[in-house]
Amino acid sequence: MSMIEFHNVEKYFGDFHALKNINLTIDKGEVVVIIGPSGSGKSTLLRSINGLNTISSGKLVINNFDIADKKTNMNKIRRDVGMVFQHFNLYANKSVLENITLGPRLVLKENEEQSKKEAMDLLDLVGLADKAESLPSMLSGGQEQRVAIARSLAMKPQALLFDEPTSALDPEMIGDVLDVMKKVAHEGMTMVVVTHEMGFAQEVANRLIFMADGEVLEDDDTKSFFAHPKEERARQFLSKIINH
Amino acid sequence: MINILVRYWPELWSGLLSTLGSSLLALVGSLILGTLFAFMEISSHRWVKFIGRVYVEVFRNIPLLVVTMFFYVVIPMFIAKVNGFTAGTIGLTIYTSAFIAETVRAGIEAVDTGQMEAARSTGLTYTQAMVQIIFPQAIKITIPPLGNQFINLVKNSSVLAFVAGFDLMYQGNVVAATTFNTSDTYLAVGLMYLILTLPLSYFMRYLEKRLA
Repeated sequence: MSMIEFHNVEKYFGDFHALKNINLTIDKGEVVVIIGPSGSGKSTLLRSINGLNTISSGKLVINNFDIADKKTNMNKIRRDVGMVFQHFNLYANKSVLENITLGPRLVLKENEEQSKKEAMDLLDLVGLADKAESLPSMLSGGQEQRVAIARSLAMKPQALLFDEPTSALDPEMIGDVLDVMKKVAHEGMTMVVVTHEMGFAQEVANRLIFMADGEVLEDDDTKSFFAHPKEERARQFLSKIINH
Repeated sequence: MINILVRYWPELWSGLLSTLGSSLLALVGSLILGTLFAFMEISSHRWVKFIGRVYVEVFRNIPLLVVTMFFYVVIPMFIAKVNGFTAGTIGLTIYTSAFIAETVRAGIEAVDTGQMEAARSTGLTYTQAMVQIIFPQAIKITIPPLGNQFINLVKNSSVLAFVAGFDLMYQGNVVAATTFNTSDTYLAVGLMYLILTLPLSYFMRYLEKRLA
């Protein structure tokens, strides 16, 4: 069953053509990794799924809702499609626990007790139950990102988007975050991940998408992509990020 | 100077109270108005934003004295008779609110855009995100410059003297004209302004520390 569909999607930032004729279907339960050089439109594509970017033309359907349709409730879609950011974006004025419970309380109308209990379960899952009362500024980057993942999961989303979740982390922090992401993937979550962590891609992703200059150049299952990338640019890109 | 303070204490004291009253009214009023216009300035509605910007640019670029004179003269022409205290306080409120709007707007814009994006991406509405996440962080950033605005406001309240607002400056002028001892009188008046502004200054510093 398809969860996210792009039909001839174009995006311009002024004169800059950020997304060029994107056609893409992502099914429920799929884990899709998007790679490509910087400025290739990966983040723009991801952010448009969450409505953080609007699209210039074409059609983008999430869970059978056309997001360009005025009748579509964007907040409802965002409730179902969570997002994890490169710079974590934890609420600086709220404790770790409050970061996680805020959405469930305000959007899902959960009561305090229930939201706290669920938040503590999620903190257990990401291994940070002892940090519940800490402020984000007291955490390391890796810890912040794990809290951010817990915050997204607290909304019980049907899909999660990850925008370079480990790019801002020190190397020794990356493993913990990837471990959490693997756990989430194994639970059957639909995931779209912009990352250059090829180990993660090989282990977890069903499918790999290579983007360059705003276009999807290659879209293949993970095994055949790594075994023999069809596009020359994909081949070059892979060899660069794997052999450094 | 002590002589003047003792001899004219009733006048100066009543002036101090008028200054304090006008300042407090203008402080509360300009904080509310200023915050309102700050939100108008960052609105995504073109016309709301436009009105916000025009308000701010008009009132922060006209001298306070002109704004105050305007209200002193114009309100009686169209609405009702007002005394100097009221007209002066209205002028002071509106003038200061333009500066506070800019201060609050800058505070809101200084909060990392990722905070709003994260809040929206979990399904919070714009208003919920503002109230819960952005505004509390903006307030912290805004406290020090807001303190400057409040201190300026107290000092600027001396504009009431020009519209017979019976404030501290007005009473000081009267005492100076009566005694011909200008230097001592204004020295006393200056000290009395310090009684108002120094505690305010320390209070803002305290707030800054407590919220940090």
